[in-house]
Amino acid sequence: MASKGLFGSSLVKKYWMALTGLFLISFLVVHVTLNAFIFFNDGGVTFNTGAEFMAKNPIIRTMEIVLFIGLIAHIVDGLMLWSQNRAARPVKYAMEKGSANRSWYSASMGILGTLILFFLIMHLWHFWVKSRITGLHHYGLDAEGQENLYGAMLEVFANPWVVLLYVLGCFSLFWHLLHGFKSAFQSLGLNHKRYNPIIAFLGTAFSIVVPTLFALMPVSIYLGWIK
Amino acid sequence: MGNMKLTLKVWRQNGPNDNGKIVDYPVNDVSEDMSFLEMLDVLNDDLVRKGDDPIAFDHDCREGICGMCSLFINGEAHGPGRGITTCQLHMRKFKDGDTIYVEPWRSAAFPVIKDLATNRGAFDRIQAAGGFVSVNTSGNLVDGNAVPIPKDDADKAFDAATCIGCGACVATCPNGSAMLFTAAKVSQLSLLPQGHPEAKRRALAMVEQMDKEGFGNCSNTGACEIECPKGISLEHIARLNREYLVATVTKE
Amino acid sequence: MSVKLDSKIPPGPIDKKWTDHKGHIRIVNPANKRRIDVIVVGTGLAGGAAAASLAEQGYSVKAFCFQDSARRAHSIAAQGGINAAKNYMNDGDSTYRLFYDTVKGGDYRAREANVYRLAEVSANIIDQCVAQGVPFARDYGGLLDNRSFGGVQVSRTFYARGQTGQQLLLGAYSALMRQVGKGSVQMFDRHEMLDVVIVDGKARGIIARNLITGEIERHGAHAVLLCTGGYGNVFFLSTNAMGSNVTAAWKAHKRGAYFGNPCYTQIHPTCIPVSGTHQSKLTLMSESLRNDGRIWVPAKLEDAKAIREGKKKGSDIAEADRDYYLERRYPAFGNLVPRDVASRAAKERCDAGFGVNKTGEAVYLDFSAAIERYGKLEANVKKLENVTKEKITELGRAVVSEKYGNLFDMYENIVGENPYDHAMKIYPAVHYTMGGLWVDYNLQTTVPGLFALGEANFSDHGANRLGASALMQGLADGYFVIPYTVGDYLADDIRTGPIDTKRPEFDAAEKEQKDRINHFLNNKGTKPVDDFHRRLGKVMWDKCGMARNAEGLKEAITEIRQIREEFYRDVRVPGSGNAFNQELEKAGRVADFLELGELMCVDALNRNESCGGHFREEYQEMDGPQKGEAKRDDDNYAYVAAWEWTGDAGKANLHKEALTFEEVKLTQRSYK
Repeated sequence: MASKGLFGSSLVKKYWMALTGLFLISFLVVHVTLNAFIFFNDGGVTFNTGAEFMAKNPIIRTMEIVLFIGLIAHIVDGLMLWSQNRAARPVKYAMEKGSANRSWYSASMGILGTLILFFLIMHLWHFWVKSRITGLHHYGLDAEGQENLYGAMLEVFANPWVVLLYVLGCFSLFWHLLHGFKSAFQSLGLNHKRYNPIIAFLGTAFSIVVPTLFALMPVSIYLGWIK
Repeated sequence: MGNMKLTLKVWRQNGPNDNGKIVDYPVNDVSEDMSFLEMLDVLNDDLVRKGDDPIAFDHDCREGICGMCSLFINGEAHGPGRGITTCQLHMRKFKDGDTIYVEPWRSAAFPVIKDLATNRGAFDRIQAAGGFVSVNTSGNLVDGNAVPIPKDDADKAFDAATCIGCGACVATCPNGSAMLFTAAKVSQLSLLPQGHPEAKRRALAMVEQMDKEGFGNCSNTGACEIECPKGISLEHIARLNREYLVATVTKE
Repeated sequence: MSVKLDSKIPPGPIDKKWTDHKGHIRIVNPANKRRIDVIVVGTGLAGGAAAASLAEQGYSVKAFCFQDSARRAHSIAAQGGINAAKNYMNDGDSTYRLFYDTVKGGDYRAREANVYRLAEVSANIIDQCVAQGVPFARDYGGLLDNRSFGGVQVSRTFYARGQTGQQLLLGAYSALMRQVGKGSVQMFDRHEMLDVVIVDGKARGIIARNLITGEIERHGAHAVLLCTGGYGNVFFLSTNAMGSNVTAAWKAHKRGAYFGNPCYTQIHPTCIPVSGTHQSKLTLMSESLRNDGRIWVPAKLEDAKAIREGKKKGSDIAEADRDYYLERRYPAFGNLVPRDVASRAAKERCDAGFGVNKTGEAVYLDFSAAIERYGKLEANVKKLENVTKEKITELGRAVVSEKYGNLFDMYENIVGENPYDHAMKIYPAVHYTMGGLWVDYNLQTTVPGLFALGEANFSDHGANRLGASALMQGLADGYFVIPYTVGDYLADDIRTGPIDTKRPEFDAAEKEQKDRINHFLNNKGTKPVDDFHRRLGKVMWDKCGMARNAEGLKEAITEIRQIREEFYRDVRVPGSGNAFNQELEKAGRVADFLELGELMCVDALNRNESCGGHFREEYQEMDGPQKGEAKRDDDNYAYVAAWEWTGDAGKANLHKEALTFEEVKLTQRSYK
């Protein structure tokens, strides 16, 4: 099982998992901030300004590539860990009482991650493919004459099933973050009696706030709270 | 003498290459003063008298310190109860009519020898890879008080050093990881000045051996800490993570 | 005295003997060490330390243990601490004082020269362990902490909370594993030594059984070290581990090693009483509890009876109706008398009908006075006024919990009763055996090339061991004695070359063991091994336990012979010899206990005196202030009884090693 190189020992894999995880968390901050512009409820103008900046800025475009690499690394690393962990227990227990000693979500990061991945594929298809590849002509221009990604949101979130899937995706993200956030610190060795409560608080707060904000977007649009 | 009747569902497996299975055994006359292992003694006594093969299980000191006893009881390492090993688990934790699952530690690195006894030699090999201070026996070492050690460090080192090497952490971990065991030793020695000179080498070598043995990867579920009969803290895993990170980044 | 019993004590003043001896014995040069094989059986403090140290020196070592890892040897269960004459506390400790306390504590039945050496190297042990990373308790200045122990007058006990044995053993184990990693020690865990092989009068190897595959293996070596611990499990119930056994030592005895003082057994006064017939082992409650607990039984027989029948509780007995018998009998030492005295006093009360549990074999160890005393102190410290009785109890409990919390939890876990509310019940239990294979100053048995270390030998504790001295002896033997003395013996073997295990002596020894195993497996018996072990244990406990008398010992010998005969006829051992078979392991061990038990009774019967752990009811002070106390007979029994096997445990030949005391004056131990 021991292998060398970039994904060498079990601990190096763990560091990668933590670093890529924290990197993805930092992306979530940018993403949720930018998307929250829709709550200005100005017909998507502020939001579209931001979106256009993100789409045109060369630094952001470069970071986007890094982001994809980070995401793929997180996934590949996760899959490697998952398969090794399965192999570490070839015979399962007939009776296992996991609830006695761990939260279900901390032991289900692979499944939660997979759910998030499915969600992500759908999400990229809905927005990233349109914004970056096929173009947004279909939605015309907004009041300020900008490309109208917001228009795409209005269309996508008109479908209740899609809204439901997005909300479920956000739930997966919530559970995934609830363990992942503080776990990343532990993996990097950042465990200190004095600061642990702070990390735990930040982790829980982040896991609640970010997915809730995300989930509010399709819900608000579907229910017509914003137009 | 006893007043409880129980049904045991015990894993029986003839040898390492055998397919095992769960077998049901009714046990009568169980007294609440018995330890779990004494209850198994009673069952085995009965099996021998009937000419059956008694259940093999590891045990030795029966006072919670040697680390030889194991057993996954009703889905938990060392059974219900915290801070105890199986030999310290008493039958008053159960009630009349209970059905109890008894299984061996499940880990690719701990192959079953027979029934409930497993081979935990992997732990010895991890220890041999670096779990020591390279000091020979000598009648001429510096005085034990030559290097003062802050009490907090000494106490923390002791907390890590209380590991009994039973393997409950591996058995409990959903990933079958041996990080708590390995970390306890690395952490103990890295907290003490005597362990510093070899700290990096030790962390690298012990983790390498741990990986070779086929244990899974730590994903910080914290289950090990809860089932550890000695309550060894996840803090020690974080310390190993730190030590190993520094060692990896700075090695030449 | 036998010619064969040459103790080889070096000449010179006692404080120069060891240094001079080390300076003059032969050594083996490093290149030759590689060609010399040493077998170490047992990986406790003595074995682990010896195997590691010899491998560091360059010998080619094979280490054996029956447990699944070298780290599990029963040294690990020692709680209290380890003595060393460091005098860190500036309380007047010295090598001489430690030596003197140990000889006196052993009731003048130990060999002075060995004990002095033990005291001399004790300080090195602490330095060695600290260097290995053993986390001893420290004070806020970062220096090593000491506590007092077992009634001696100085604080010389180093400790690591209540797990000193564990920490020291893990230190030795890590040194051993370091050598295993280097390939200088070959480790054979889950292997049990079944016999020692003698070639041309010298120990040249062992027969061992691989407990996983059942294979009988031959291992040759130029010297064999037995570090196999004590034989307390002959009593079935003891504080020893379930697997602790006498097999290696007993087989060595049958191959010519004399057995020294087998009757010296230490009974520890504070253990959790037996709760029923299912009991498999007894758990020790640390001796430190006697610092704060008061031991008592009801003064009236009817109260004791009512308690046994569950009609009354200990707390129902008025203060005036309690008999604090240790405080009554030994006003000077009270509850802190040595182990043997405290144990016998508990037995005396229970035999007289004052026992306080179902079986009638338990006394109270009561903390209510301590809780009240500490509570009041705390209230004063916190400057509380008008405190209620409940508040005092609450404060006192917190203090007691801080000091003994883990022990109280352990007690509650086993007994199911909260010891803060109800007085703890305790009873003495077998804990340690001072007797063992006879060894000379070099730790060599009467078989050349066969050495015995730690609890397996008889040498340092006389008739009674002081607290915190077992760990000291195990490590002293393993780290600082054997690495020197074994070299002197092996210096003759540099040209011997590897031992040929195809020799007829190995054939014969292997066949003997296979035959024995086959006998057990093919026996058409009806009873499990434990049945016989329990019966043996009961006979030993009743008749060769805390108090012995000639009549009882004679009966015991007859009964043991009967049990032994029945054992071979009626034992049932299921399964096969070529597989993991725990019943078969037990059968072999119990077979040896059944012979050893008889020899213990023979030895106890021979020793017409009372000393230390050996109390003969006929030999006690009959009147005067010491009435009821042990009566030693220094004129006739100041010797080591070393027994030679003649083919029958009951007909062993007695050899005597006279003990001469040049440094310490023999006096009666008095704790009145």
